[in-house]
Amino acid sequence: MSSVADATSPDLRAELTGSEIVLKALVDQGVELIFGYPGGAVLPIYDALFQQNALRHILVRQEGGAVHAAEGYARSTGKVGVVLVTSGPGATNAVTGLTDALMDSIPVICLTGQVPTHLIGNDAFQEADTTGITRPCTKHNYLVKDVRQLARVMHEAFHVATSGRPGPVVIDLPKDVLFAKGPYVGPEAVKHRSYNPRRVPEQARIAEAVDLLMKAKRPIVYGGGGIINSGPDASRLVTEFVRRSGFPCTLTLMGLGAVPAADPHFLGMLGMHGSYEANMAMHDCDVMFAVGSRFDDRVTGRLNAFSPNSRKIHVDIDPSSINKNVRVEVPIVGDVAETMKAILAEWDRRRAEPDRKSLATWWGQIESWRARKCFAIAQGADVIKPQYAVQRLYELTKDRETFITTEVGQHQMWAAQLYRFERPNRWMTSGGLGTMGYGLPAAMGVQLAHPDALVVDVAGEASTLMNIQELSTIVQYRLPVKVFILNNRYMGMVRQWQELLHGNRYSESYMDALPDFVKLAEAFGCVGLRCARPGDLDGVIREMMANGRPTVVDVAVDEKENCFPMIPSGAAHNEMILGPSGKDSPGRPVSEEGMVLV
Amino acid sequence: MPPQQPIERHTISVIADNEPGVLARIVGLFSGRGYNIESLTVAETDASEHLSRFTIVTSGTPMVIEQIKSQLDRLVPVHRVRDMTLGGPHVERELALLKVVATGEKRVESLRLADVFRAKVIDSTIQSFVFEITGATDKVNAFIDILRPLGLVEVSRTGVAAIARGTEAM
Ligand SMILES: Cc1ncc(C[n+]2csc(CCOP(=O)(O)OP(=O)(O)O)c2C)c(N)n1
Ligand SMILES: [Mg+2]
Repeated sequence: MSSVADATSPDLRAELTGSEIVLKALVDQGVELIFGYPGGAVLPIYDALFQQNALRHILVRQEGGAVHAAEGYARSTGKVGVVLVTSGPGATNAVTGLTDALMDSIPVICLTGQVPTHLIGNDAFQEADTTGITRPCTKHNYLVKDVRQLARVMHEAFHVATSGRPGPVVIDLPKDVLFAKGPYVGPEAVKHRSYNPRRVPEQARIAEAVDLLMKAKRPIVYGGGGIINSGPDASRLVTEFVRRSGFPCTLTLMGLGAVPAADPHFLGMLGMHGSYEANMAMHDCDVMFAVGSRFDDRVTGRLNAFSPNSRKIHVDIDPSSINKNVRVEVPIVGDVAETMKAILAEWDRRRAEPDRKSLATWWGQIESWRARKCFAIAQGADVIKPQYAVQRLYELTKDRETFITTEVGQHQMWAAQLYRFERPNRWMTSGGLGTMGYGLPAAMGVQLAHPDALVVDVAGEASTLMNIQELSTIVQYRLPVKVFILNNRYMGMVRQWQELLHGNRYSESYMDALPDFVKLAEAFGCVGLRCARPGDLDGVIREMMANGRPTVVDVAVDEKENCFPMIPSGAAHNEMILGPSGKDSPGRPVSEEGMVLV
Repeated sequence: MPPQQPIERHTISVIADNEPGVLARIVGLFSGRGYNIESLTVAETDASEHLSRFTIVTSGTPMVIEQIKSQLDRLVPVHRVRDMTLGGPHVERELALLKVVATGEKRVESLRLADVFRAKVIDSTIQSFVFEITGATDKVNAFIDILRPLGLVEVSRTGVAAIARGTEAM
């Protein structure tokens, strides 16, 4: 709740309809673009949209696509993604995307239509308890029953979606409220009463952190998506700290790009499919500096074996992320950029010098892990290795302004391992929820925000089919999105787990009756390309990059390839499996405890 | 798993906007994350500011209790969260209404015990009493246990309300 200036003198200003208030608030919040799909309950808003030019509406083909598109837009720009859907099925179709945005802390505002207030609770046509359904999958939600509250709620929603740890907010709008007339207030008039998260860290904690960092003998910086969310300054400051201290740094799936991949201090991604050197360094470090990361189970592996001998500093804007899975010695609640500024200032003030001698020994150890070259593959002349396809994609696109989105599965992990991100906001993937079907609509949102950039969805054939209808959207808006399918004819990640845990019984993981992706692309009005031989790959990628049109590339890859390295669930970082066979295969089967983990 | 920590019981007070859905948010947080609720009481405590006060008795390891508090604090309509168990001396009270149906010796005995526990008789027929007792949870439990063999047929309890001792206000 908040105080609204002049709410008592609405007669001083012209009254607007609820629909007009919604649109005016969006414009005043700097929104240029919304993703949506019409229906009975939101027709008044669509009518108001028709009569204005300030906001552009992108008509998706399924509401789920609208939310992922808004996520892609948000993550690649740092702005809020806005979605407009109808009541009932429109709102329920949005639930997966909302959950995805909650898990990955993406600021999204989703406007849902609702049946008129007097019918709420009546099982009316296309009624759903939207605030009830979305309560656990949003950061916050509102049901607006009075048009006089509408402007305030709209502005408050932007505040909630963007401050602290960002997330999705739903505003449920009964149809009568959209028709009713009420006063408008601007963003400046709205101040939030209870929700004002802390951004600036406590100085005492900063001092403790610097104490630990200065004395570290085997330090590591473990950065996450919070760095990206904090903004480009945060990435710059973390990188500066890494360079000045000389500490090694690893990033989570959500953090890739926060520190340039080309920086020699960067050890690659960590976690279940992370690099050998990053995971070994996490395991053996004596001081861990966690920045905007959340000790997710994909990162920690078996908790009681996670980095057993380190003291930990954890920076997070969300106090509930701290001490949730792993106990830390120095908890710091604050925004990453603010905190890094304070840390660097304290570092300077003390003229801090890291323990160079120990650090040199530590780097020696790390280089020996690096020398294992855990991502190396042998590409033959006949079958395309999926990793090779990602490597070629990277080599050929690295000099263009390129944004990568992914679907979910092996291809996603190969993209994370092998595509090298030099800057933040260039990498959009569904990390927390792992939503197949995310990448294509997300790419659409990215392309709309960056019309001249190259936007590639690194995809699996199974995932692509989950939101394939959005090809129609990208054609309508002439978005030159590229869908780069690593087609292994399997739900590869499922098959890999079946090999590891279920005696090679490939229960329902073979993708039978796949469509001809080239013809499918053409049917939608996209360009379809196919590639099956390693020697043809560069040519096909170049053609994809040059044609300026929405393009689906069907790359037939080695069907049996699995994603390594891997920390099997329930194992520790130093129990990584490096390859499919031979001396690197697991000495022991996956533990019973590990079997039940996802 | 981290080394097993002991399970503790904590009383947590929460001040939140009195708006639709706020109870559902709090209860949903507990059920969705698998936390325990031993008792929960809520009522509006400041009508002009539209604020409600929740008192939640919960149990968990110290790490879980810490999580519960930060998760509660993260809810948008929540203004303040206070762990009464850690926050220094405080008092806890709950009220129970207890119906005893009995005649003869048992009836007399229940009345005598009510006197010992400072419970009040707030309704009576020739065959029944309704007692009202206020006190800390342990005292209410003790009274209930003692009435059980004496014809206790129904129990209604409010759950715990708590407040800090001394001058400090939440
Ligand atoms: C919506 C959804 N359903 C199911 C899953 C479980 N899942 C994870 S990966 C995967 C297979 C993905 O197959 P594909 O897109 O072909 O990618 P590949 O692993 O073969 O590269 C499945 C079914 C999921 N992540 N999301
Ligand atoms: Mg596949």
